[in-house]
Amino acid sequence: MVEAGEQLGSQPRKRQKVDHDKAARIKKFRRGDPLATSKIPDKKLKGNLRYQERLANEAAELAAKADEWLLPGLAGALEADGMERTWRFKQDEVVREAEVGAARKVFDLSLTELGPYSVNFTRSGRFLALGGRKGHLAVMDWQRGKLITEIQVKETTRDIQFLHNETFFAAAQRKYVYIYDRNGVEVHCLKEHVEANCLDFLPHHFLLCSVGHPGVLRYQDTSTGQTAAAHRTRLGPCSTMRQNPWNAVLCLGHAAGTVTMWAPNMATPLVRLLCHRGPVKALAIDRDGHNMVTAGADGQVRVWDLRMLRPRHAYFSRATPDRLDISQRGLLAVGAARSIQVWQGALEHKVQSPYMRHDVYSGRLHDLAFCPYEDVLAAGHSEGLSTMLVPGAGEPNYDSRVADPFQGRKAKREQEVAQLLDKLQPDMIVLDPTTIGQVRKEPKQVQEEARLAALVAERTESRAALEKQAEKKKMKGKNKPSKRHRKKQYTIIEEHKVDAKGRAQKDKEFGKTEKNAEDSLPDDAPRALAAFYQKGRK
Amino acid sequence: MRIKAINRCEEECTRERPQDVQKVHKNLDPSLHPLEKATEYTRALNAAKLDRIFAKPFVAAFAHDDGITCLARNPQRLNSLIAGSADGEIRLWDIPSRRCLQRLVGHTAGVKGVAATPSGEACVSCSTDCTVRLWRIPAASMQPEAEPQEAQPALEFHGPHGFRAIDHHWQGDRFATAGAQVDVWDHARSEPVSSFQWGAESALSVRFNPVEPEIFTTTGSDRSIALYDLRSATPIRKLIMQTRSNALAWNPLEAFNFTVASEDCNLYTYDMRKLNTAACLHQDFVSAVIDLDYSPTGREFVAGSYDRSVRMFSYNGGHSKEVLHTKRMQRVFCVRFSGDGSYIFSGSDDMNVRIWKAEASAPLGKQLPRQKQTQAYNKALVRRFKHLPEINRIVRHRHVPKPIYKAAKLRRTIIDADARKLQNVIKHSKPGSVTVKPARQKKIVGQEE
Repeated sequence: MVEAGEQLGSQPRKRQKVDHDKAARIKKFRRGDPLATSKIPDKKLKGNLRYQERLANEAAELAAKADEWLLPGLAGALEADGMERTWRFKQDEVVREAEVGAARKVFDLSLTELGPYSVNFTRSGRFLALGGRKGHLAVMDWQRGKLITEIQVKETTRDIQFLHNETFFAAAQRKYVYIYDRNGVEVHCLKEHVEANCLDFLPHHFLLCSVGHPGVLRYQDTSTGQTAAAHRTRLGPCSTMRQNPWNAVLCLGHAAGTVTMWAPNMATPLVRLLCHRGPVKALAIDRDGHNMVTAGADGQVRVWDLRMLRPRHAYFSRATPDRLDISQRGLLAVGAARSIQVWQGALEHKVQSPYMRHDVYSGRLHDLAFCPYEDVLAAGHSEGLSTMLVPGAGEPNYDSRVADPFQGRKAKREQEVAQLLDKLQPDMIVLDPTTIGQVRKEPKQVQEEARLAALVAERTESRAALEKQAEKKKMKGKNKPSKRHRKKQYTIIEEHKVDAKGRAQKDKEFGKTEKNAEDSLPDDAPRALAAFYQKGRK
Repeated sequence: MRIKAINRCEEECTRERPQDVQKVHKNLDPSLHPLEKATEYTRALNAAKLDRIFAKPFVAAFAHDDGITCLARNPQRLNSLIAGSADGEIRLWDIPSRRCLQRLVGHTAGVKGVAATPSGEACVSCSTDCTVRLWRIPAASMQPEAEPQEAQPALEFHGPHGFRAIDHHWQGDRFATAGAQVDVWDHARSEPVSSFQWGAESALSVRFNPVEPEIFTTTGSDRSIALYDLRSATPIRKLIMQTRSNALAWNPLEAFNFTVASEDCNLYTYDMRKLNTAACLHQDFVSAVIDLDYSPTGREFVAGSYDRSVRMFSYNGGHSKEVLHTKRMQRVFCVRFSGDGSYIFSGSDDMNVRIWKAEASAPLGKQLPRQKQTQAYNKALVRRFKHLPEINRIVRHRHVPKPIYKAAKLRRTIIDADARKLQNVIKHSKPGSVTVKPARQKKIVGQEE
């Protein structure tokens, strides 16, 4: 529509301002690079893929818009004015300045008699499980100060872990692993998990994993009760275990300084990384599976790029860190002896100073855990439990279908059913989960590569065997130089033979001999008589 | 110092009263949803399995007194079906209440073809007793009647020879019959308006084009498919194939595409403008294909065959999507799609008209919006992952009666052996001396103007 006085085409076209923020947001929701559909020869496939790409782009744009405008919560932040530094602020100052609702979440539970406490949160962050070394197990709704259950098992308890929700938790006791109900009733005694040091639960697969003194990593499906896998690590007792939330692979830290990554369907580790000169004391992995932080007895705290399996940078800590944890928004908590340091932005780049610091009022630190969806860090120590306010640690916007801190009874029941329906099989755990559903290379190519690899392996093996045989020095006058020389010539010929055999077979498979014959074939001769037209044939 | 920490208020995040709707918070950030592809794959697998569990396509069967030879659906009423049988009786069925509304008695020999008028108020039927009769069709009333009434024809047309097929014009008052010659009639005339004859053979079936109403085709016993235009005096074009075509159907959405059901167990889709090659070849039957009909959506069609099965094909698919069979169903002589594309009607030799669901696992009746959304999601999931072996195996799996399975296996070995032998012949012959015709052109003998 042209208004009065306007001339069509007279105004210069304004250049579109590229909104980098919007582009970055769309890229976040895009899930991979756009496909180049112009080069595809098949028209039907091209049309289909173009339609799919259009849908994906539209979905990413809508998600970016929703992300920009519709999310209710904002992440926390702590800023210092002027010459102040954030790490100088003590927790009571921070708590004083914060809102009452946030301040209420900081408390100290004094439980001095029953040993250092392990801490575990449910996925929604609402419930907290405490496991004291001397057998004190408790589940509480920590924000409201409600104790759900508390039992004394009268045995050494090394770790505690919630299962798929707060109704069940597992405790790694002196000999076996036990599963308890929310009423404190012992529901199962898992006799196969012997002397477990660490427990972890893979929520999408319903797998309870344990590793302990025998060095056996065991995966047990808690919905069916079957053992999915039991791997002998052969690397001695292991007391450090973490799951990578992005691909559900378990990372174990060993006494020799290696970190190994395991999946249920491979008896050998997927990855073996040499991280430290000395035992690996603590491990933590961030939510996206990009970074892993390892702390060793050598005082180094190294940050690794998990996708490329390369080291990024390292920090030095005089006191050996006991525990590490990474929050949902990438804050790293390092606990050593009595002090807790929280570092912000320390994973992507090397940072010079920490974000916040806190000293536990008494006792020695045993466990650190960030609460999901809250700006709180819980520290279990030998004198009980302390919580610390860390603004900016938790994800402010939760998704009700994933984890809802305010879940009602009905929603909890329905979520349990939905989780069971969506339960993934253990053999789907791979290092790169985006490969599921991808089309492999042509089977021919794969076969050819495998065949070549086998050939090379066979060749090297035969060479090594022959060399070993040839090297054998004969005694008692049978070690004549001429005989040795002849034997060497013989082995060289043997190798050629192996090669020639393989070459002939390869040529036969790919019809090379036929081609050679065809080349020398005159035009009007039938192919069946090709043999008579070969060059060099008498 | 400036500090802001997460402080959620329970009252704001949850509902106030039980009567309120639950508050659902969403965050689409991919970091909160790991292992998406694996979850989608698992859901697709479950959806494929549930699809097969709920696949119960058979709905109902209506009994006649003799084998059913022809079916017609009413273009204006979804609930009406007209079925003609070999004893000359035509029954009008009301499908939702599963009762016979009327019996149209009058023909003295088997009814060979039946077609409804575009207004939906009447239908025409033809028989080998050399008559065509026009009947009035009442709508189904709300009160269930005890006995289906008998009715007399409103009009009768007499011809010199027995009629093999009939089809009504989509807009006007004309209809065409096929027999020894092809006649075009009008309701108001007792003699044919025009007659077409090409060659000495008889025409087996006739169909009008729904989009181009003046065009119709016939299939003949001389293995030909002839195209006619009512506006011209002579037939336009004839396509001759290697085997006889038993039936033909026009694609209701693409004016120039039609599919023929051939005696050689295959169906061929042609473009009217380019008859030198078939557009698509549909295989899966093991015996002659007797009848076919397109869905109103134009995206799929159904065909019935002499091998006691009914198959549904995609309009451009080389193999069938669905196979329908029962132990009691004998040779299938006629198939039709319902007006909304969700049901298939098949009339067979065992004196029954059977109603099947076009989508075997779709639930009958009204769906809640959330149910519809879940079903659409499940279908999209299966579509995305259906090339993966585990899911492909489940999605493709159909039980097929043993005789058909064995016959299909035998056909497969014969076809493979022929292909292998052809390759050997080519390999041992002078290059270029053996020409291989593509499958789409192999069965075409020639064209005539």
